[in-house]
Amino acid sequence: MNQFQYVRPAEVPAAAKAFTKGSNTHFLAGGTNLIDLMKMGVVVPERLVDINHLPLKKIEKTPGGISIGALATNTEVSIHPLIKEGFPLLSLAINAGASPQLRNMATVGGNLMQRTRCPYFFDTTMPCNKRVPGSGCGALAGFNRMHAIFGASDKCIAVNPSDMNVALTALDATVHVTGLKGKRAIKFADFHRLPGEHPELDNTLQKGELITSVDIPASPYNKNVHYLKVRDRTSYAFALVSAGVALNIENNTIQGARLAMGGVAHKPWRLTETEAFLKGKPVSLDVFKQASQIAMQGARAYEYNKFKLKLAPNTILQALTTAAGLKA
Amino acid sequence: MSGKKPNNPSDSEEFLNGTRRDFLKKSSFLTAVALTPGRVVKAAEEQWDEKIAGVFEKVSLHIEVNGVKHTVSVEPRVTLLDLLREQLHLTGTKKGCDRGQCGACTVHVNGVRVNSCLSLAVTNEGKKITTIEGLANGDELHPMQEAFIEHDGFQCGYCTSGQIMSAVACIHEGHAGSETEIREHMSGNICRCGAYPNIVNAIKAVKNGGQS
Repeated sequence: MNQFQYVRPAEVPAAAKAFTKGSNTHFLAGGTNLIDLMKMGVVVPERLVDINHLPLKKIEKTPGGISIGALATNTEVSIHPLIKEGFPLLSLAINAGASPQLRNMATVGGNLMQRTRCPYFFDTTMPCNKRVPGSGCGALAGFNRMHAIFGASDKCIAVNPSDMNVALTALDATVHVTGLKGKRAIKFADFHRLPGEHPELDNTLQKGELITSVDIPASPYNKNVHYLKVRDRTSYAFALVSAGVALNIENNTIQGARLAMGGVAHKPWRLTETEAFLKGKPVSLDVFKQASQIAMQGARAYEYNKFKLKLAPNTILQALTTAAGLKA
Repeated sequence: MSGKKPNNPSDSEEFLNGTRRDFLKKSSFLTAVALTPGRVVKAAEEQWDEKIAGVFEKVSLHIEVNGVKHTVSVEPRVTLLDLLREQLHLTGTKKGCDRGQCGACTVHVNGVRVNSCLSLAVTNEGKKITTIEGLANGDELHPMQEAFIEHDGFQCGYCTSGQIMSAVACIHEGHAGSETEIREHMSGNICRCGAYPNIVNAIKAVKNGGQS
């Protein structure tokens, strides 16, 4: 691992200031992704700003829902009574990711900042536009089994690896950040970006902005929920495809639906058209089958991930039927 | 990513110039300062009231390992795993993948299981670490250690200390209610010998024996 300066601020403004004073500075929270990337030489920071002592760990009820401090660990969030009761999809998604040890370390803010697991991004001998802009995409004509089927560009076909992000986008979360210019709130759907011409940018944060909390509005989407993650191992593997589903069902009618997929795009993939289709429809296998096809509009596969064109709608279908309590 | 060396002086001028006194007052020791003049940050003025270390400097760290308090000097880039093994000579904790993928390095930090290979030692200031060496009570093995022997929960043994640390935590967390639950919550510990069925049996035995 390279040598770096280490700074440990006690307050948020000092952290933002420490960040912006150098080039190539990174915030360090749980470290489960950053330390790995540093060992691989993928990220070579000149300065680490250790934010673990900032007062950003609280999980608390707000008038409109819940506020989760950026430094709350994945475990703390997933087992919190307010989350399990009000936002069970989030608990399910978090528990589908990583291992207990990693969930004990990894933070909510860090999970949002998690880099792709594309092997070409991790291998510094390979071309990767995300790691070295302009160097090319090794995955495009390479081994692209894990890669995107939605929203990719000819510069990058990597996917966002997070399970938590899938739940947070489905639940309409808001990301609160603080920078030198002050505070702002970013809608979750606008936080991560598609690769386009600039795959080196994972998100819309400005330099030095620090995630302070993630807020989720209270909603009726806390009963009929399911998170289905399909992966190469039963546990402890990144998603080939995952689906987060939350339905608001009354009298066998879908009052509203929240759907998102993981493992299929550069950002957590919210399915707004599918949600619109489901609204007002009766709970039935036929409706869910149609929905799972609508979810696939615009999908495009590459040489080794064509299986996702079938796996993704099947995953959606099974997640919908399970969430609704139907037998498929 | 960046082609810049971390000790590029041009970028450090603005950031690092001036008063080293504030930092020196707060720091009990600084090694290799002579190598890096002007590298220390003006801590108090920036409200970075705690640790700050330049590129070649070591940081003082207070850490309790298996009930013994240590004050050590570490480079910021040293992981908790390397501190335990290389400086404190507690080699029971193993380095497998060193990437958070295998679980061989599992230890407890303030009672919670973590991958010590992905934790920088300096981020563990004031924390209490338990390693495999801290489980036994003198010559009396921990019930989980006994159970691994009884149920033959290993072959080569390399993953075993991580498995046992994880297994103890698995029961404490309340995640040993069924074989399925045990397997899910032990998934962060890989055993290439494939001793999984026996590991599960060992955990079930300890759970059912009411000991952990």
